[in-house]
Amino acid sequence: MTILLVMLAGGAGAVARFVLGGLISSRFRGELPLGTMLVNVSGSLLMGFLAGAIIFHGAPAALQTVLGTGFLGGYTTFSTASVDTVRLLQARRPILALINAAGTLIVTVAAAAAGLALALL
Amino acid sequence: MSRGGRERPGSRPLHLQLPAMLMVMGGGALGTLCRYWLNTAIPSPDGWPLPTLVINLCGAFALGLLLEALARRGPDVGARRTLRLLAGTGFLGAFTTYSTLALDANLLLAADRMADAVAFMLLSVIGGLATAAAGVWVAAARRAATGPGNAGGAETDLT
Repeated sequence: MTILLVMLAGGAGAVARFVLGGLISSRFRGELPLGTMLVNVSGSLLMGFLAGAIIFHGAPAALQTVLGTGFLGGYTTFSTASVDTVRLLQARRPILALINAAGTLIVTVAAAAAGLALALL
Repeated sequence: MSRGGRERPGSRPLHLQLPAMLMVMGGGALGTLCRYWLNTAIPSPDGWPLPTLVINLCGAFALGLLLEALARRGPDVGARRTLRLLAGTGFLGAFTTYSTLALDANLLLAADRMADAVAFMLLSVIGGLATAAAGVWVAAARRAATGPGNAGGAETDLT
């Protein structure tokens, strides 16, 4: 049962990434893959908040499995972010590649920390 | 994310077409299932988030390989597009995860394991770049070895 919910949530998360990322990319047509970046940052914020709700307020751990591993895991993506960095390097955009790689890492980790802190309130 | 340069005028962008969304959903459900399984199968030595790292690096390699192989076979239409949405955007996109990476790093930091956290983050981001580049390189090398036949897909949007 849990496995089925995780799959459904993961599929829904992937579609949310596809649609939201596509909408963002179609509005900001720069070379930086803003759609994937914003998806990963927003997903990390929610992941931190969810973990905080469980750690600090005793929310059911099954939420972590279905919403965290399932939905947010399917929503955010590491593989596209990595290939995007390779493409920026191939296009001789080293600064943008660095912003995509290091920027996404730093901002997602900070967003997850902010989510954890928000759950403490 | 496709920027959909080859659509008929007036047709909806790809990310708003129902068949494309269903392909991403199906692939995403399977990718999430595989990540869920591997998460329990791969050990986390001393709480170090090895499963997240292994899953993300494998997925980055596979996506680099897949997208480069598809682009070298021709433009992003028909079966190639179906495979990209199903296996790339759907399966590998959902198989890998950035939110778990960000949470794992925070949990290490919260446990005062600064060195472990930095090592995990650097191995993830540099390793992801290296494995994705390796995937692209392998697909390019294979294609070069098996003959010309590059149908000019180089300008196709790949992500």
